[in-house]
Amino acid sequence: MPEMGARFALRVSDLRKAYKDVIAVDDVELKVRAGECFGLLGPNGAGKTTTIEICEGLTPSDSGEVEVLGLRWNSDAAKLRQRLGIQLQETQLSEKLTVFETVRLFRSFFRQGPAPSEVIALVQLEEKRNSRVGALSGGQKQRLALACALVGDPDFLFLDEPTTGLDPQARRQLWELIEQFKLAGRTILLTTHYMDEAERLCDRVAIMDHGKVIALGTPRELIASIGAEHVVEFSAGGAERAVETGAMRGIEGVRDVHLENGCVLMHVTELHRAVPALLDELTRQGVPLTELRTHSASLEDVFVALTGRHLRDE
Amino acid sequence: MSDVTAISGAGAREATRKSLRGSALADHPLVQLTMVRFREFMREPEALFWVFIFPILLAAGLGIAFRNRPADVLKIATVAPQLTLSLRQERLLDVQQLPPAAAEEALRTGKAALLVQPGPGDTVVFRYDDTNPEGRTARMLADRAVQRAAGRTDPVASSDELIREPGSRYIAFLLPGLLGMNLMGSAIWGLGFAIVDARRKKLMKRLIATPMPRHYYLLSFIFSRLLLLVIEVGAVLGFGALVFHVPVRGSWLDLAALCVLGSLSFSALGLLIASRAQTIEAASGLMNLVMMPMWIVSGVFFSAQRFPDALQLVIKALPLTALIDALRANMLQAADFSQLAPQLSILGAWLVVCFALALRLFRWR
Repeated sequence: MPEMGARFALRVSDLRKAYKDVIAVDDVELKVRAGECFGLLGPNGAGKTTTIEICEGLTPSDSGEVEVLGLRWNSDAAKLRQRLGIQLQETQLSEKLTVFETVRLFRSFFRQGPAPSEVIALVQLEEKRNSRVGALSGGQKQRLALACALVGDPDFLFLDEPTTGLDPQARRQLWELIEQFKLAGRTILLTTHYMDEAERLCDRVAIMDHGKVIALGTPRELIASIGAEHVVEFSAGGAERAVETGAMRGIEGVRDVHLENGCVLMHVTELHRAVPALLDELTRQGVPLTELRTHSASLEDVFVALTGRHLRDE
Repeated sequence: MSDVTAISGAGAREATRKSLRGSALADHPLVQLTMVRFREFMREPEALFWVFIFPILLAAGLGIAFRNRPADVLKIATVAPQLTLSLRQERLLDVQQLPPAAAEEALRTGKAALLVQPGPGDTVVFRYDDTNPEGRTARMLADRAVQRAAGRTDPVASSDELIREPGSRYIAFLLPGLLGMNLMGSAIWGLGFAIVDARRKKLMKRLIATPMPRHYYLLSFIFSRLLLLVIEVGAVLGFGALVFHVPVRGSWLDLAALCVLGSLSFSALGLLIASRAQTIEAASGLMNLVMMPMWIVSGVFFSAQRFPDALQLVIKALPLTALIDALRANMLQAADFSQLAPQLSILGAWLVVCFALALRLFRWR
């Protein structure tokens, strides 16, 4: 089906991969459309990196099908490598080389692509062109890694945790770069455990946990799927007896109530009705309120609703 | 942004053609990889020290310590004034007359190589340690002086003719040894550390995620090694020739070929050592385990013949022994390749076996 190959830049089905004692990827199915930015979101150890590295042809799978740009790794590896841009998690480029020397080395591996200085300009490292890699900041190193992924003018960009370990300013700078590449029409597959990153960059997101895809859709769809737009979080720390959460479920517009670290989390549809009702209920139970927070529902809340855990819990 | 549109489509293709026209050879991946290796090495001050400066310092130090000096004046002690007078006729002896206790002390602590005492009647007693060559020499000289003072004449007249042959000195023996040791160290360390470091930092994994042909990566190590070889060998031989007048009596072409073969064999060994190691610690432990015995038994500083005959077969099969034997034969005895067949085949065998094993075992991640 040639038209399917054109529509989907990546098709993964029935993918499995087990290491000695853990199943890293368990029956994963993904379809990434050409030109879309697709995110794999999940906590550390969810199987994101294994999945993306199988798609990159770096890790063999135990079973399953992977088709990238309509090609397969076992028959078209050389052709595929020329068309992919890859950024790995935690690659340390050689510290003794300069930015330009590094980009020029990577450029030499590809048959086509922009000149090294063009790519350096693109990731805004012109001023650091002749600096040693060892002298760069974390954000600059990450942008250099991105430059090395872009030297082959790739049709498909794989980014594994592109902003992990960066300070907020460096993260925003990298996001802006990735957004530019989206505008240029490239297909992007990225993994992240930052829900704000996924919400900002990704057209569609697959949430992974324990090697499985547990939810799939646009960020908006996923947030809507928990049936509530807001999250109310409160604690009654000083109370001698526990709060009766049963009564909370009865409040109008409350979809879900659960306890977490001594806090109560409620997913609600209408904040202006739920909060007064909650305060009345707490007064009735005679429980003093020590903390009350509300926020709009996010992908984090989707993950919590699906697994009962936070994304960054180990 | 206009930058972004430039990178995809026609703009990029145009840029590609431009950059290719500029310097097609310099942008060949193998050339780039080799240049990167070379730069990384040259920008590592410690590596430069160990490869270029250290062997020269070592050669200079040992060359000075073991230089052939005019025959030493030997210190001896006596307790009798009459003996002192006779012994002082011998110019190669430095005679000290001491009280008996002090003389005993001087002999025991090695300050005097020989103690000459009057014995019963007109006899003389020499006291010395016969395992010490200086003691034996001093005894002969002292004996001659005592006998001549007592009136002995030599039945045969003799005279001395002194030679100073450049090849017969210790430094001429040492330099090929140091050259061999240096070729081994730089090949094994150079390859081993660089490969394990790239694996540890996931740089190797990053490289195989590009279209880079994998054998280019390994070839780049060999090529940069050969490039450095010229400087390395030049530094050691040049130093030996200029400062100590160490000769190269064999063919220069043979010598160059020997250095290349030796370096390739040790590179293969280094590749094998680094084929699986994940940490620098593991790799450096393995490297020391492999190199240490050869430093000792392969005849770098003294002849490997000093080890028991039972071990000779094993010692001769070691690559460093083969290389150093061949280097010495070329430089000092002007041996040509036909005379070096055993050493050349040993080096060749190490090269083929290690390289084949390394390719089977090598891990890219």
